[in-house]
Amino acid sequence: MSDSSEEAGGATVSTRWPEIVVAGVLLAAALLVMFDSVRSGIGWGDDGPRSGYFPFRIGLLLAGASVAILIGQLRVRSTQVFAERAQLSMVIQVFVPIVVYVALIGWLGIYVASALLIAYFMRRHGHYGWALTAAVSVGVPLVFFAVFERWFLVPLIKGPLEAWLGL
Amino acid sequence: MDEISNLMHGFGVALTLPNIGFMFIGILLGVLIGVLPGLGGANGVAILLPLTFSMNPTSAIIMLSCIYWGALFGGAITSILFNIPGEPWSVATTFDGYPMAQRGEAAQALTAAFTSSFVGALFAVLLITFMAPLLAKFALKFGPAEFFAVQLLTFCSFVGMSKEPPAKTIASMMLGFALAAVGLDSVTGQLRMTFGFPVLLKGFDFLIAVIGLFGIGEILLTMEEGLAFKGKSARINVRVVWQTWGQLLRHWRTFLRSVSVGCWMGITPGGATPASFMSYGMARRMSKNPQSFGQGNIEGVIAPETAAHAAGTSALLPMLTLGIPGSPTAAVLLGGLLIWGLQPGPMLFVEQKDFVWGLIASMYLGNIVGLLVVLTTVPFWAAVLRIPFAVIAPVIIVICAIGAYTVHSSMFDVVLMVVFGVVGYFFKKLRYPLAPMVLALVLGDMAEASFRQAMLISQGSLAIFVSNPLVGSITGLALALLLWPLWGVLRGLAKAREAAAAAS
Repeated sequence: MSDSSEEAGGATVSTRWPEIVVAGVLLAAALLVMFDSVRSGIGWGDDGPRSGYFPFRIGLLLAGASVAILIGQLRVRSTQVFAERAQLSMVIQVFVPIVVYVALIGWLGIYVASALLIAYFMRRHGHYGWALTAAVSVGVPLVFFAVFERWFLVPLIKGPLEAWLGL
Repeated sequence: MDEISNLMHGFGVALTLPNIGFMFIGILLGVLIGVLPGLGGANGVAILLPLTFSMNPTSAIIMLSCIYWGALFGGAITSILFNIPGEPWSVATTFDGYPMAQRGEAAQALTAAFTSSFVGALFAVLLITFMAPLLAKFALKFGPAEFFAVQLLTFCSFVGMSKEPPAKTIASMMLGFALAAVGLDSVTGQLRMTFGFPVLLKGFDFLIAVIGLFGIGEILLTMEEGLAFKGKSARINVRVVWQTWGQLLRHWRTFLRSVSVGCWMGITPGGATPASFMSYGMARRMSKNPQSFGQGNIEGVIAPETAAHAAGTSALLPMLTLGIPGSPTAAVLLGGLLIWGLQPGPMLFVEQKDFVWGLIASMYLGNIVGLLVVLTTVPFWAAVLRIPFAVIAPVIIVICAIGAYTVHSSMFDVVLMVVFGVVGYFFKKLRYPLAPMVLALVLGDMAEASFRQAMLISQGSLAIFVSNPLVGSITGLALALLLWPLWGVLRGLAKAREAAAAAS
């Protein structure tokens, strides 16, 4: 199914640039692999292939496939739609909190970071009142704490709050 | 027959109280996972795998495989009630399942879906019971060259039979291999592609990739549709179940056809998702009124569900006997077996009889119990989905993060999970298939080891791969599948030239 991107003006993003970028990144990765393999030796040793034999050929195939995709994209004017701008904005609105969340885990510990993430979503996207938000965003990490720390005995990353509470 | 007595022994292992408990927990967790987006079958098993390290392997695999069944069942619930496929293999179920629900026939659609799943899985387990020991005995003749040929066949068939353009399938697969190669080379002891980062020493774990690709990636994709879950309601009572079962008997041909498609797609690496689409397409083509498909024809629910479950279950057959997973979830289970120190393959049936037959017996039990559980608990799952996305989405993200962390207790893995999530999002949007990458990540090291061992035996000669009829035929088939798309392109060009010549 191809949508024409001429209509609706800037409301949709075509697949052209994403395809080119992804293929470009894959090509870069392939070149990286090949470069490192040459260092480990890509030929045949005394008892079989050297360490870089496989990775080099894998990199070669990856490079070949990426170039094929790149050429395909550069030649044809793609009319396929990647996503509407509204959709992309929704995706970004989830992606950025995820990145912030992961950054916070190392700093505040996973339980506190999770509470903040849940609270953020409930307030920003769910428009819930503070009472319910507090209850759920504190309750869920507490449940996880009980399940993981006490039941499964799998320690997760803790932060300053837990240290202060002596956990 | 040997198999029956082994199976009875397996039932003895599976029917112990703790294992039955694990079965129930597994099924309930599985349905929950199947129902929630972002927690799919492969992903859910991947997250829970590290937690089972403290359990004994038999109980652990029983629970994990029941999670798998549960997820297979659960995907149908959201497809039919909410028009949202909870799993990739439930997409085809939405085509006719949701229209049926809109007409008020949700209960019939759900019963049909669950029963079809049950039948599909049952046939596949029977296949496993009788074929697995045979295949295992056959596979005892396999040496490193034969194993590599089979693995080559697996990967070539992905390229050959994939709907996506071959360049993208190859790219995805090669990326998986490249990621698998990072870290310590077990043969020479050299470090590959670590670029001086000690954290890359152990390489990339397939579990992290799966959680990122199928978990975070799925959440990002779901976000495109916004944050709303509005669905139809359904109550299943016994009368509706009986009536629907009566209806289903009339469609026995569809069942047989779908089971065959499913088992085939499960054993050759395709998996449940392509099986469901293929089966739906075949059912529509062979039906007397194809236009009714997509409007709520019950066959449109039977065909994909039967095939998907048959495929998902039979994917375990090559996994257990040859060490070749037939689906991404089977790949995760394979990884689990390796982590527990169990080598899948022919020796598993010889050395670990308790484990293997306990697992097979639990498949029968899990299937029956799963059907009963799911028929009775539909309103509960529908209620779970009424919890607004604003609450569920962050909880799923937290579960994924915890899952990624518990694999190696490494914060780096959580970061990696997000990176894989982005990769998963872009790959899915741009139609790069994910399954070959996951498979390559899991099998990459093994395939390389087989190749090197074969080279050691043959003193560097590639001719070992055609040295005997078995290896030669497998290799030949692999190359044929690889060149299949090329053949299609050539034929298309020839036809176009003929048409142009005829026109002028």
